Amino acid sequence: MPDLLPELTQQLFNGLSLGAIYALIAIGYTMVYGIIGMINFAHGEIYMVGAYVGLVTLAAIGAQGGLPAPLVVAAMLAVAAAVTGVYGYAIERLAYRPVRGAPRLVALISAIGMSIFLQNWVALGQGARDMAVPALVPGAVQLDLGSDFHVTLPYSRLAIIALTVVLMAALTLYIRHSRLGRASRACSQDMRMAGLLGIDTGRIVSFTFVLGAVLAAVGGVLIAVAIGKLNPFIGFIAGIKAFTAAVLGGIGSIPGAMLGGVLLGLAETFAAAYVSSQYKDIVAFLLLVLILLVRPTGLLGKPETEKV
Amino acid sequence: MGRLGHALLAALLTAVVVAPVFGLRLVREGAATLLEPHWRPVATAAAAVFAFHLARPWLARAAGRMRLPQLPALPAGGRRSAALLLAALALAWPFFGSRSQVDIATLVLIYVMLGLGLNIVVGFAGLLDLGFVGFYAVGAYTYALLYHWAGWGFWQALPLAGAMSALFGFLLGFPVLRLRGDYLAIVTLGFGEIIRLLLTNLGGLTGGPDGIAGIPKPTVFGMEMARRASAGGGTTFHEFMGWAFDSRDMVVYLYLMALLLALATLFVSSRLIRMPIGRAWEALREDEIACRSLGLDPTRIKLSAFTLGAMFAGFGGAFFAARQGLVNPESFTFIESALILSIVVLGGMGSQLGVVLAAAVLTVLPELAREFAEYRMLLFGLAMVLMMMWRPQGLLPMKRPHVELDP
Repeated sequence: MPDLLPELTQQLFNGLSLGAIYALIAIGYTMVYGIIGMINFAHGEIYMVGAYVGLVTLAAIGAQGGLPAPLVVAAMLAVAAAVTGVYGYAIERLAYRPVRGAPRLVALISAIGMSIFLQNWVALGQGARDMAVPALVPGAVQLDLGSDFHVTLPYSRLAIIALTVVLMAALTLYIRHSRLGRASRACSQDMRMAGLLGIDTGRIVSFTFVLGAVLAAVGGVLIAVAIGKLNPFIGFIAGIKAFTAAVLGGIGSIPGAMLGGVLLGLAETFAAAYVSSQYKDIVAFLLLVLILLVRPTGLLGKPETEKV
Repeated sequence: MGRLGHALLAALLTAVVVAPVFGLRLVREGAATLLEPHWRPVATAAAAVFAFHLARPWLARAAGRMRLPQLPALPAGGRRSAALLLAALALAWPFFGSRSQVDIATLVLIYVMLGLGLNIVVGFAGLLDLGFVGFYAVGAYTYALLYHWAGWGFWQALPLAGAMSALFGFLLGFPVLRLRGDYLAIVTLGFGEIIRLLLTNLGGLTGGPDGIAGIPKPTVFGMEMARRASAGGGTTFHEFMGWAFDSRDMVVYLYLMALLLALATLFVSSRLIRMPIGRAWEALREDEIACRSLGLDPTRIKLSAFTLGAMFAGFGGAFFAARQGLVNPESFTFIESALILSIVVLGGMGSQLGVVLAAAVLTVLPELAREFAEYRMLLFGLAMVLMMMWRPQGLLPMKRPHVELDP
């Protein structure tokens, strides 16, 4: 089979770029869970809002005309990250902080309500139908691996992988070495103790939500540019998948979220290519169920002990 | 930063949040996407938040003085008579309500059935099930498929629909019930979606996205409720009774059947909670570790709640299929699960009268406020958040039978 290698390379590439997006969203889930032990169900909607803000920015710049594409994308990313960060902050303050300390299910239901609210908020403002996103970064690299089948690597997807790698590296360094990063690690180990030692825990929680929202917004803008359309309901399924990625890697662990995102992206792409494209959404759900049954702590997670 | 600074900051953040969604609307013109500025909503929202923040200390004082009107606290006996009164009212309803009112009431009763079923899982056993709609779908499709492939009638299919959903609940619950609360929620959500995706993709069996149509309505003791019998030689109900045919009869009949099913669900679940198994559900909800140390088997107890809840969803589903006449996967999305869950939450987890009340409120309000239809889901999400903040115990919180000692 001479075509096997290029085809595999192509699928690997597609899976990686999809997985990079999942990883970006999964970070938000895993960080919030690590700090306040809550599943932020509305996180997928944050990603959707990010994509919309990106498109609004694009439309605003488009009216001025003729800027180079990388600059336009950078502006979309910056504005989307800023606005979506505010969304993350506001959601935590308005919907989650008042129910902190209540049973887990109360916070989860509040988050589900927030998710429904945000979907319809955007649907009401910007319309519920599909919006087209113009192709900003057309073109692709063609790889010739010595067969008839040429591997196509679109620039937009290469940019996703590159940007994700850079952001992940920056995030890892920031969490490891900065003052705020150290404080947030302390909070995820023991929130009360960290508070007693003079860390403003409320600020750390806000910081976590903002950071998660910013990364999700980047994912939203990048995927909108790569795929070329969006609607107010893309956040639900993407959110579930990113959550699956976070659980797969071990929820609470940042490297785990990255690993989980990439693995899920690959699994989904290969299943779509070699099993059936109709069942690719089922793959994510089945994977989620299987991991939770076989290894609830995920690949890189630490086991959680139950205290009386 | 003073109060003014805070208010300004909050107003600014509000503007940032509202502007890209309501302030700058995306419009398509040919191939180009343009923006259409609408600054009014942004300014209004920012001004409202600004005023609210300035007035906050004053509002807090006013709220402290003003006592929120308490919901009338019904004594234990009062609840029972309220329930009886409600049942009598429901029974009399079709004889003075209009046709569309009876139809809406039927819908309310379907949600009462589903709410009571989910109440067993979420309210009694404390297991957050986000995929309840999957069992509803299994019930609906069981009847639809049995009719489509084997020509079964509603009454033959009804018990099997319940049994099939219960079996699904059992098989799916078995592996996942070891999981902790929020993981369980997400896994059940996954199951609900898997069921829906399977129904969509197994086109040969289930009709795919189009579903199955032409499902017959229930018969009355073997007699059809139609103008003419479909098969030759059959007697229709109105011929048997010697009435003129009236299509309203079918609506009333469906309503009465829904009422019967809902009352049966109410009766069974209120008996269950008084049985040892029901006590075990509640004990497990309150403290799993204590239960284990007393020798209760958590998995078995949870599984029974999960299975029973699923069974009621299956009955509801079969009835839904008969009433609609068609089923397709679109009716069984996550939003439906969220709606049933919010019925349970709004009513007060574990409170059966509360579930009935909440089902009525959440079904009738959108019908009354049709001009606000586009805001419906928005308000619905908002209500869920607010409810969790201000009254997580629901409208009519559950009361346990208890004895108070005089001091």
